Amino acid sequence: MAGLSLASYTARRAALGLVQVLAVVTLVFLLVQALPGDAAVALAGDNPDPARIAQIRAVMGLDRPAPERFAEWLIGLPRLDFGVSLVSGRPVAEFLFGGVGPTVVLAALTLVLLLPISVLVGVLAALREGSLLDRALTSVSVALHSIPEFALAVVLIAVFGVQLAWLPPTAVGADLFAQPAVLVLPLVVLLARPICSISRLVRAGMVDALASDYVRHARRLGLGETRIRFAHALPNALAPAVQQVARTTDWLLGGVIVVEAVFVIPGLGTVLVDAVAARDLPVVQGLAVVFAVTTVAVNLLADLVAFRLAPRAEVVA
Amino acid sequence: MPLNRRGFLGLTTGLTVVTLAGCGSGAAPASSTPRTGGRLRAAFAGGGAKEVLDPHLANLFVEAARSKAMFDKLADLGGDVSPQPRLAEKWEPSADLTRWRITLRKAAFHDGRPVRAQDVLASYARILDPNRAFRAKSSLTLIDLPNSRAVDDRTVEFALKRPFVEFPNALAAFGAYIVPEGAEDFSKPVGSGAFSFVSFEPGRSVLLKRNADYWEGAPLLDELEFVIANEESARTNALLGGQVEYAHDLTPTTARSHASGDRMTIHRAPNSAVQAFAMKLDRPPFDNRDLREALFLLADRPQLVESVLAGSGQVGNDLFGKGYQHYAGDLPQRERDVDKAKFLIRKAGAEGLVVKLDTSTAAAGMVEAATVFADQAKGSGLTIEVAQGNKDTYWADTLKNGSLSSFRSGAMPIETHIAQRLLKGAGTNVTKWARPEFDALYEKAVSTSDQAARADAYREMQRMQHTEGGYLMWGFADWIVGAKPNVGGISTAPANTLDWARFDKVWLG
Repeated sequence: MAGLSLASYTARRAALGLVQVLAVVTLVFLLVQALPGDAAVALAGDNPDPARIAQIRAVMGLDRPAPERFAEWLIGLPRLDFGVSLVSGRPVAEFLFGGVGPTVVLAALTLVLLLPISVLVGVLAALREGSLLDRALTSVSVALHSIPEFALAVVLIAVFGVQLAWLPPTAVGADLFAQPAVLVLPLVVLLARPICSISRLVRAGMVDALASDYVRHARRLGLGETRIRFAHALPNALAPAVQQVARTTDWLLGGVIVVEAVFVIPGLGTVLVDAVAARDLPVVQGLAVVFAVTTVAVNLLADLVAFRLAPRAEVVA
Repeated sequence: MPLNRRGFLGLTTGLTVVTLAGCGSGAAPASSTPRTGGRLRAAFAGGGAKEVLDPHLANLFVEAARSKAMFDKLADLGGDVSPQPRLAEKWEPSADLTRWRITLRKAAFHDGRPVRAQDVLASYARILDPNRAFRAKSSLTLIDLPNSRAVDDRTVEFALKRPFVEFPNALAAFGAYIVPEGAEDFSKPVGSGAFSFVSFEPGRSVLLKRNADYWEGAPLLDELEFVIANEESARTNALLGGQVEYAHDLTPTTARSHASGDRMTIHRAPNSAVQAFAMKLDRPPFDNRDLREALFLLADRPQLVESVLAGSGQVGNDLFGKGYQHYAGDLPQRERDVDKAKFLIRKAGAEGLVVKLDTSTAAAGMVEAATVFADQAKGSGLTIEVAQGNKDTYWADTLKNGSLSSFRSGAMPIETHIAQRLLKGAGTNVTKWARPEFDALYEKAVSTSDQAARADAYREMQRMQHTEGGYLMWGFADWIVGAKPNVGGISTAPANTLDWARFDKVWLG
């Protein structure tokens, strides 16, 4: 790592990221092309009169060669022009903008709750390693982690939304900021599994760190136990968890389709499902750009954070 | 029955509510006297990308319901799926049925301008624009527009390319709405309907308010909000949780579990969607008439209705449009007869034959019906193998490929069903039925003003279909809507007709 400054490392990673984004977009284009049927067939639906399909195709410009349409779309990209939805004629940017709001609100709130809770749980379990508390936390974690999101969502809605009527069962038609209560159940569902996986990693990291040579050395030097635990052991313990937080962030920013569908949150996942079903290629491509950029950015950020937390760790470009 | 995620979600909510039903204190009666005021929130399935407010582009149920609230057609379909005058006060054909004089009602658009003959001609010209692909185009294409004219502000005279006695069916076609002349921007739509536009958030909600000057009388509701929830379980939960007052398109399973609860009232619209299997007549094996009859006889229709539709429907008689105008209700109901089916299969030399039955989740219940039917055919000598295809392209795929496929259709006049699906060269002729004598009967039916002759022709066409057609129409599904018990005025007319999803007659008690 000697000689490689953080700035030039970041620049190199960003350039690589750009190539990755382009690769993803091209791949998505090819994959959607490979799907059976196009936007005209999907729109014609149960009225698949071939003459009508041909007409829709002409109106949408689908009768032009695919490479030509792709090239045209790519040229607009540097100007942040994502093109126009085939089906509705509205700009793709409008779809992305509309979907980003709910997805980012959910992701941000989840992370704000996730980080302190999972670190706290992990550290507590590690400090009381083998105790009743540790075993209880472990059992609950493993049990929660094994429940898929949609199953948990269905049960929570049935109990707290419908039976007890404590919380709104869905976010249908709601403004997420004006009625924050609609976010409670989705947040619980989104938090359940990441809390388990991240707190397990923090616990393992903390147990290792507390048993390490440098912690023993610090103790011999007579440093306070609190300082040893939180200033020396914890940062090292967090490094492995950072990668998992990055993966979780990426997952959340991709729009968790199941959660969005069950709770009726019109985020990016819903936009994606609708666009793929309609074969609305420009919208799918626009989403691919957004997802690829977030993945690259989040992982870069995670590597930088991990590097800062535990500078010994090798950062692989 | 394969249990997919949707099925599982429905099942779980169903179970929860069954356990809850016991706590209820008896269903509150829907208020029986109409009341004015309030905002009704109605949840529909949507699809962000497809949602548009241009009524001519309407395709999804939510788009049809919204268009109907904000716009009018000249005619619309009544409870028996026959055309009823709407913006047209009356229609008078010439003796040879090629010129139709239509008198418009005294109505106004939301911006105060009157609805004029010019608006009607401009709307139809927009739909018929050769460079566009609106859904109503195929129905209106027989209008000779250059020779049609506005006689005065409230009279239109349409010239037709051929005599057509069922022209009012075309006026009632899906998407044939009247918009103001020159309207192209529908971001803030202006129509003549019972509700006027307030706001639109694509993929989420559309808010409308009552049009106090509506020609048929102002609606009872102050406001109407359409919200989008794609999952059926989400629509049900939103209704149970008091987030909406009306949930469109629920499954029979949901209906069954909530029928006796006091949290929602189930409204069923019978004869809304025909459930069928389509055999292709232009290729083996179903070019053989005996084999088609064998399939007709193998279907255990009551069992299909009971299992696939959870009892929310009626058995079919291989004919489209049960209960609709011109329906041949006197033809004998077909029953299951395995022995005769076995005999016919042997006679056709098809013993041991394996037939692929194409299906998909493009419409609710199709996969289940295919699975049940494959089971009913066991032991007959013919083996039916269910093949599940891509749902997004299913209808286009099965129009071209395969020999046996699941089929489903919403309500439309029997004449339209014949014109679109059973004539040689019809755009969506999935059974590839092509009989010159049948086409001649159709021509006769639509070009004569002799009522008795027309009735005979319709009956004869249906008799031919019943005897040797390619549609095994085994059932008619109810259309199921859930509402809060205090919602009154919900009609049980079949889906796609005027009174379906019609909110100007609905009130909140």
